[in-house]
Amino acid sequence: MQFIPNILFFILLAGGIGYFTINVRKLIRNINLGLAIDRSDQKNLRFKNMAKIALGQTKMVRRPIAGLLHIIVYVGFLIINIEVLEIIIDGLFGTHRIFAPLGKVYDILIGSFEVLALLVLIAIIAFWARRNVIKLKRFLSPEMKGWPKSDGNNILYFEVVLMLLFLTMNAADYKLQLLGAPHYVEAGAFPVSSWLIMPLIDNLSQSALIIVERTAWWLHIAGILIFLNYLYFSKHLHILLAFPNTYFAKLTPNGQFNNLEAVTNEVKLMMDPDADPFATPDPSTETEEVAKFGASDVMDLNWVQLMNAYTCTECGRCTSECPANLTGKKLSPRKIMMDTRDRLEEVGKNIDANKGEFKDDGKQLLGDYITKEELWACTTCNACVETCPVSIDPLSIINEMRRYLVMEESAAPTELNNMMSNIENNGAPWPYNQMDRLNWVNE
Amino acid sequence: MSDELKVPIMADCFAANKKPEILFWVGSAGSFDDRAKKISRAFVKILNKANVDFAVLGTEESCTGDIAKRAGNEFLFQMQAVTNIEVLNAYEVKRIVTCDPHSFNCLKNEYPGLGGNYEVLHHTQFIDELIQSGRLKVEGNTYKGKRITFHDPCYLGRANSEYDAPRKVLSSTKATIVEMKRSKQTALCCGAGGAQMFKEPEKGNMDINILRTDDALETQPNIIATGCPYCNTMLTDGIKNKEKEADVSVLDIAELIANS
Repeated sequence: MQFIPNILFFILLAGGIGYFTINVRKLIRNINLGLAIDRSDQKNLRFKNMAKIALGQTKMVRRPIAGLLHIIVYVGFLIINIEVLEIIIDGLFGTHRIFAPLGKVYDILIGSFEVLALLVLIAIIAFWARRNVIKLKRFLSPEMKGWPKSDGNNILYFEVVLMLLFLTMNAADYKLQLLGAPHYVEAGAFPVSSWLIMPLIDNLSQSALIIVERTAWWLHIAGILIFLNYLYFSKHLHILLAFPNTYFAKLTPNGQFNNLEAVTNEVKLMMDPDADPFATPDPSTETEEVAKFGASDVMDLNWVQLMNAYTCTECGRCTSECPANLTGKKLSPRKIMMDTRDRLEEVGKNIDANKGEFKDDGKQLLGDYITKEELWACTTCNACVETCPVSIDPLSIINEMRRYLVMEESAAPTELNNMMSNIENNGAPWPYNQMDRLNWVNE
Repeated sequence: MSDELKVPIMADCFAANKKPEILFWVGSAGSFDDRAKKISRAFVKILNKANVDFAVLGTEESCTGDIAKRAGNEFLFQMQAVTNIEVLNAYEVKRIVTCDPHSFNCLKNEYPGLGGNYEVLHHTQFIDELIQSGRLKVEGNTYKGKRITFHDPCYLGRANSEYDAPRKVLSSTKATIVEMKRSKQTALCCGAGGAQMFKEPEKGNMDINILRTDDALETQPNIIATGCPYCNTMLTDGIKNKEKEADVSVLDIAELIANS
């Protein structure tokens, strides 16, 4: 009978981690639906970028207020999680505050967790106010209505509850220590909970205090496991994916767009004076499928672009700096990322429902999620790419979809078609003769 | 002015067995757009003044294909690129300088993958080099007491992380340089990039160039300095729209230096 709590704890932990693992595998499978792209080069530089941008938060602080608040929550969560290790050991082995023998070090640890918890609470209140009271413009865009809005708030509520449970657990524990209750070893320093929570439970009896302490303890660990499992369904995956995402990000200049290899092969053939246009294709060099130019759906994007979509935490810095969005156009780089993720999730569910194979659902990313109007509003200025705190590249997706529109559907706006036929005919975007290219000298 | 310009042509140099130090890539705008042609001429004036051994391709130059690429037409881009690379390689070109950040980005970053490897410079980088090496002296008295604000072209700034060269060149004049609220990494696009120059904007509540002109006017400048022919057109239009053309002029850095 005395092992029942340990067994319950094990079931809770195994369930929480097990379900999370299932979803992580789904996540990896979905990302792997993307096309191959080699990002295995320059490992040192990649590690450096990850350390600077993800771990070091260098891009977050470009906006000082949000940056500072974010660092508090980030450091808080990173460090307070050391406490989770103790909770897991205690839970599995029926011990209480197993790290208590660390003595002074333990006091410092618990004490700093408490201070951080308080700072996190303050930062979260500020974050909540920015979303719900101050109503910052970037949190009010059309794509932020409904689920994305509640998702953002849910995470804040989660964090408040977790911090309060942690402090309540400590306050009750401390009180029990002072009362000399059995099992409650005197350990830890409680600089925050002793004044923030303790007055509320001061008059409780020892047995009531034990109930409070145990309840807070169990809810706290359960809350952490629920939070972990909420990640997959939320924009909050960035706390994990920011690291691989900054590691695998593009290293070439922002302005460099990739050259499509399939096109290069065709162009070479066209430019080769010795090529015989009527020759039977050599079966050994023929690819299995006819190459598709550009992207109309998520499977046409590469896996880094798909990981970008899962990494996006919908902060909207991209959209708030997008010249098209700032002047009232429909384009929002954040929506490009959200749409890509939504469609990828839809494809993933389709695969789950059809025994591991995707069945055409008559939908695609282009048209059903992202419209031509959005794509053609982009000035390719790289503001979104430059500002993203976790190195997401919405521009590459926009460009890939423009390629599909132009090369597969010939669906460019008329003016652009005129421009392109000028380039084809006379080597300039305007209808001037190439022979007049030097006239500027004598005008 | 025009009769003073010396513009050697690559084919002539090659026939005379000369290999110019620099190829000036004029670009389609620089060749055909009335406003941009003035920038080309101003830049040549600088090249002549500094005795730079350069040439242009002239009628052998063709559009880089950059705009086609941004519009999604990879075919057209690569056709243009391969044709241009053939010409450039035939002349054994090593160093290219251009006044157009779009050509600059395309030649520098996207041509190497197709067999065109050159050192490519934006004209502000090259002018900076001329000043640093003492080949070009800037008096700058023309701009004494004037306020100049520089609009970062996206394809020089964010696209290629070059924010210093244009500012260094500007600081060689005696003008006061004032920065816009949005500058360098956060500079706002003029609205012409990504092939927008050649189409009507999508439905919105404002044109991008007007918003950017507001940014510039906030600094109360006498001159808005640009480093891109398209930015120049967009901001010139913006200034006209605000009816400020009597007070504020929009000039390329090459023009500013050529007239200093």
